[in-house]
Amino acid sequence: MGSQNKNTGNLFLVTALVLFMSSIVFGFLSSLIYRYPEFLKDSIGLSGLRPMHVTAAIFWILLAATGVIYRSLEAPANQSKLGLLPWLHWILWVIALIGIYYSYAVGSFGGREYWEYPPVFALLIGIAWILFLIAFIVRIKSIKKWPVYVWMWLTGIVYFLFIFIENYLWVIPYFRESFVKDMVIQWKAAGSIVGAYNMLVYGTAFYVMEHISKQANTGFNKWAFALFFLSLFNMLFNWGHHLYLVPTNPGIHYVGYLVSMTEWVFFIKIIYNWKKQITEAETHFHYFPYRFLLAANFWMFFNLTLALFMSIPVINLYMHGTHFITAHAMGTTIGINTMILLAAVFYFLVPKKEHHQSRLLKAGFWGVQISLLIFLIALMGMGLTKSLWFFEEPQAPFFEMMARSKFWIILFIFSGTSLMISFFLLVIPLFVHPFRQKPVSLKRIYKNESTHQKT
Amino acid sequence: MTSFMNRWIPITFMLLSVAFLLFSWSIYVDENIYENKPADYDAQLQKQGRLVWQKYNCHVCHQLYGLGGFLGPDLTNVSQKGFHYVDAFLKNGAASMPALELTEEETQQLFEFLKATNASGSSNPKDYRKLWNGMIEQ
Repeated sequence: MGSQNKNTGNLFLVTALVLFMSSIVFGFLSSLIYRYPEFLKDSIGLSGLRPMHVTAAIFWILLAATGVIYRSLEAPANQSKLGLLPWLHWILWVIALIGIYYSYAVGSFGGREYWEYPPVFALLIGIAWILFLIAFIVRIKSIKKWPVYVWMWLTGIVYFLFIFIENYLWVIPYFRESFVKDMVIQWKAAGSIVGAYNMLVYGTAFYVMEHISKQANTGFNKWAFALFFLSLFNMLFNWGHHLYLVPTNPGIHYVGYLVSMTEWVFFIKIIYNWKKQITEAETHFHYFPYRFLLAANFWMFFNLTLALFMSIPVINLYMHGTHFITAHAMGTTIGINTMILLAAVFYFLVPKKEHHQSRLLKAGFWGVQISLLIFLIALMGMGLTKSLWFFEEPQAPFFEMMARSKFWIILFIFSGTSLMISFFLLVIPLFVHPFRQKPVSLKRIYKNESTHQKT
Repeated sequence: MTSFMNRWIPITFMLLSVAFLLFSWSIYVDENIYENKPADYDAQLQKQGRLVWQKYNCHVCHQLYGLGGFLGPDLTNVSQKGFHYVDAFLKNGAASMPALELTEEETQQLFEFLKATNASGSSNPKDYRKLWNGMIEQ
């Protein structure tokens, strides 16, 4: 049974890594369109490439978190068997993925931001998610006292399902009667669903942290539960900050504003924990799962600062509708979610510290951090250019504003390319390592590959 | 202390979940605040127009109230420039925008949808007032 869980978990992790690499490649191709508008214009274009990029990025998070949960809750011998359920779960995802990417390739879209595929594939994903919920409940029912990460995973799985259904209310004509109402529900779901899969990712961070530090009480810490409830509160009620400019019920704006301000607690807590983490870093720094968690913490500080300012409506007015929003979305997806998930992927697929000694791996890690910083600066530069354009009098035509962003766009493409290469250095060995009979150092994998190429 | 936590964790979870469901329900059934100028557009056609917007994945490059992709301009109030302006872009494309092969019916539906977005308000940040508490409003 344990072996079956391990195999299914690894299968989800490797599938997620394929999506992750696809997301990077599609993102790179999409970025070129900003500089070369004719690139792929009359074939797939940005209308096809961006959904391919975004879908792969979101599904990387979902499937990696799923793999982590299967691996984390590896069943003891006495636990009830799940039979073929995890395999069926994986097969449904694969069928949905093939269908979704075929639809994108032929230009068939559902056309909702972040979930652009035709809604029929949502049915497959929904059924797959129900199977996941069943598998999860079967696994946790024997655990007497749930650590915080089990609560986070449960919350993430249950709420993802609810919000995923809400995300498709638009197929019922009643919800399209009013454009604004449709938009409110769309962004309510979009905001909360990010919170739901963040729960899966943050649960993963707590799990990996507990197992690296080998302190069994980390998952029962009072602060951990306080932060869990604060995250839940924000997941459920802070989505109104997406809608400050949309002329809807002011109550929605005020709830979003007030709830978002509670995130200052996270901000203060990160600063408070900083010194302790530096001490821990001295012990674990050469272990890649820890290094990724530390990086996630830095990016959380960076993104939370941006998010807190964006959540204040008068400041949001200058940032909304600009690339500041993209910087925030990319910063959280790459800087926080991806760092945490890579920590977990390394933890499960390459568990031994002595297997992490590789110069290329270190170069990949630092390449990612530096490229990401430049990438986010470039996006914020584009955002600032657009923000100034919004308020100028008289306002120049749109294409002129885009022309003013030329420097930032070039920086965006170069840093994006560097980010892609750095991620490949980190991720490629992860495909090789778990399938070897006898796991070896990643340094040796690189060495073997280069020797092989020479011959 | 542990038993206190064991008891309160599920209770707090349930209370937050119930509050969320009630809040969500109030949004689903709220009919009063959403229609600014329904007479300015054909309500049935705009509903279909929303689907045309989605079918051609317009949001990938364009925004409504600043929400969407940033390769092209915000289209919340573009219908103010008239049907022929919109139609010309749809038929001929632009720098990075391909010419789209919409049917006449689809073009009409899409334009009604854009009239509905225009009737709902302005997406221009200059049209917002700043309040003492940090909030903004049109």
